[in-house]
Amino acid sequence: MHETVGAPVAPAEVGASAEGLVRLSQARPGDHGVIAEVRADHATEHAVDVHELERRLLEFGFVEGAAFEVLHQGLFGADPIAVKLDDMRVALRRRDAADVWVRLEADR
Amino acid sequence: MSEAALPPTRIALVGNPNTGKTALFNALTGGRQKVANYAGVTVERKEGFLTTPGGRRLSVLDLPGTYSLRARSPDEVVTRDVVLGRLAGEAAPDVVVAVADATNLRLVLRLILELKAVGRPMVLALNMYDIAQRQGLRIDLEGLGRELGCPIVTTVATRKRGITELAEQVDALVESGALATDNAWHEPSAAEIRSAHRDAQRLLKAHVRPPERPDTLTGRIDSVLLHPVAGLVILLALLFLMFQAVFTWAGPPADAIEGGVAWLGGLVGEWLPDGLIRSLIVDGLFAGVGSVLVFLPQILVLFLFIILLEDLGYMARAAFLMDRIMGGAGLHGRAFIPLLSSFACAIPGVMAARVIDQKRDRMTTILVAPLMTCSARIPVYTLIIGAFIPDRTVGPGLNLQGLVMFGLYAAGIASALAVSFVIRKVFWRGAVEPFLMELPTYKLPSLESVLRNLWLRAEIFISRAGRIIMPLMVLVWVLSTFPGPPPGATDPAIDYSFAGIIGQALQPLFAPIGFNWQMVVALIPGFAAREVAVAALGTVYAVGDAEANVGALGARLAEHWSLATGLSFLAWYVFAPQCAATLGVVKRETNSWGWTAVMFVYMVALAYLASFVVYNVAVALGAG
Repeated sequence: MHETVGAPVAPAEVGASAEGLVRLSQARPGDHGVIAEVRADHATEHAVDVHELERRLLEFGFVEGAAFEVLHQGLFGADPIAVKLDDMRVALRRRDAADVWVRLEADR
Repeated sequence: MSEAALPPTRIALVGNPNTGKTALFNALTGGRQKVANYAGVTVERKEGFLTTPGGRRLSVLDLPGTYSLRARSPDEVVTRDVVLGRLAGEAAPDVVVAVADATNLRLVLRLILELKAVGRPMVLALNMYDIAQRQGLRIDLEGLGRELGCPIVTTVATRKRGITELAEQVDALVESGALATDNAWHEPSAAEIRSAHRDAQRLLKAHVRPPERPDTLTGRIDSVLLHPVAGLVILLALLFLMFQAVFTWAGPPADAIEGGVAWLGGLVGEWLPDGLIRSLIVDGLFAGVGSVLVFLPQILVLFLFIILLEDLGYMARAAFLMDRIMGGAGLHGRAFIPLLSSFACAIPGVMAARVIDQKRDRMTTILVAPLMTCSARIPVYTLIIGAFIPDRTVGPGLNLQGLVMFGLYAAGIASALAVSFVIRKVFWRGAVEPFLMELPTYKLPSLESVLRNLWLRAEIFISRAGRIIMPLMVLVWVLSTFPGPPPGATDPAIDYSFAGIIGQALQPLFAPIGFNWQMVVALIPGFAAREVAVAALGTVYAVGDAEANVGALGARLAEHWSLATGLSFLAWYVFAPQCAATLGVVKRETNSWGWTAVMFVYMVALAYLASFVVYNVAVALGAG
């Protein structure tokens, strides 16, 4: 169902990985850092087009430069996740979080 | 010219969800509110009135919460269209009041920038300002107001603070002759949303100092309530408590209502001469209305829980916890709220599906909502269980009747999940919509707003009982009274009536599922509203019995029905679309007779199938 969890990074995305970016969908509770890029691509198949998904993510505050911390995850398939985003908390599924690239920071 | 002849100044409240917008609306307008629907859509239109300190009359619209004017759900479309003055029959507001949670400004600032582009005169209400102060959050009101180009008022809606000041600001704004400028709003692109975020970020940095004592309570509560295991256990416990409460708390008031209505009916009956009129009023109206009003306590208890959990901020957590389980069946986590409401009544449930901003998820939710056991089924279940299931303890704290009731609820839930799974496979070919949802900070609900909301639900239920059920009860009475029996007839009078004729004509269709013609008669008015079936059974089995009550009716049923028939009737009621009002709402919400027909057909088919299986299995086991 949630093919994005732990999915191997496709070759085209290695460049991004080399910059130390990971998909938010791969983060675990406790992981925190800064959102580096919101880039809807075809990583997962959605009922809305990629530009619409990108705008929705942006409207919920998933925007470059925002600080985040993954707080919780669901029992089944570790999905969905609850993310603290600056001052607010947002829940989303990992498949949607795959379009958010983040830079993880070491534990404080 | 009298003052009343002046049209009131129109203001509209716009803001993110969970900003206390409705609390502000209540604080502004008090009891002077009208709840209706916007023309052509079933989005609730809440309008209230007040007079400002300057003597100006204001009409206030409480618009549905939204994160963006780029509307995606029917609720958000209304907000956008009202603000833009595009909605037919709705003039654009003279003043827009942007409502913000002072402790969570980031997203709302972006919305405010969108609202500014619309060009209407605007006041910003920073609500929950007391919490911001307690957290040591500092907001440079003057500077922020200057940059946004609108006056800012701080409010604490739940304590009615800042309300007069807000009204004064609206007054001043209208007084100053501020006029709407040209609308420059258009649907923002991703780049424009990013740029608006940067602007909002800059405003925050320049004018807001982050809290010295940020709220940690929500985080601490969440570490328990959103715990993968403990969270689910607590959710299930809450649901269990809720259903227990529906049956135990509602018992005494329900008995009181039942007794009161019967007493009134008896009183009125003494005043009336024996004959048709007395029979109509006592057996038709009083017995019918009484059998409906008796469920008001249960509906109120259920809504009390739903409103409390919603106001606390728990509903979003429930949606989070349930998302994966519901997602497996093709439902959105948010569908949890409409489906939970459907336990009270499918109508608010279907309407609450508007919170789901994706069309497919909303359609699926609407189609399965009527499978959840609504409170109108409770009278039917209570009657049949009371009549056929022994009141026996089968384990510590486990009562057989309660267990059967639980089983019926579980059957509704399981079938809703199964049906939505099929719908997704058949109609949507497996496509999945995004799931994004804010988890609001926990807040103590205000007693006043809970009571106001509860009162609203009671009003809706009572008016429905009055407008739909009363005329139907008269119809049932007419059908079961005329024509009268021929002289010298030996069978009960109803056998000769229209109801008897119709029931006997349709009965062969229902024979394979064990229904007798009296049941078929009860099903006919039961299509208008499920609970009517109880009153109709009462009429069919006890015409002329002024004291028709549920206990006596149950005893009559136990005499006339086999256990297999009783169980089959229960199975029918789990699935059958026995509610014209729900079908009407589904038509309006989906704007499609096609979807309404899909729902009707699949539910009838499931009901017939389930009853057929239950009846024949029960007969085979010797319960026929």
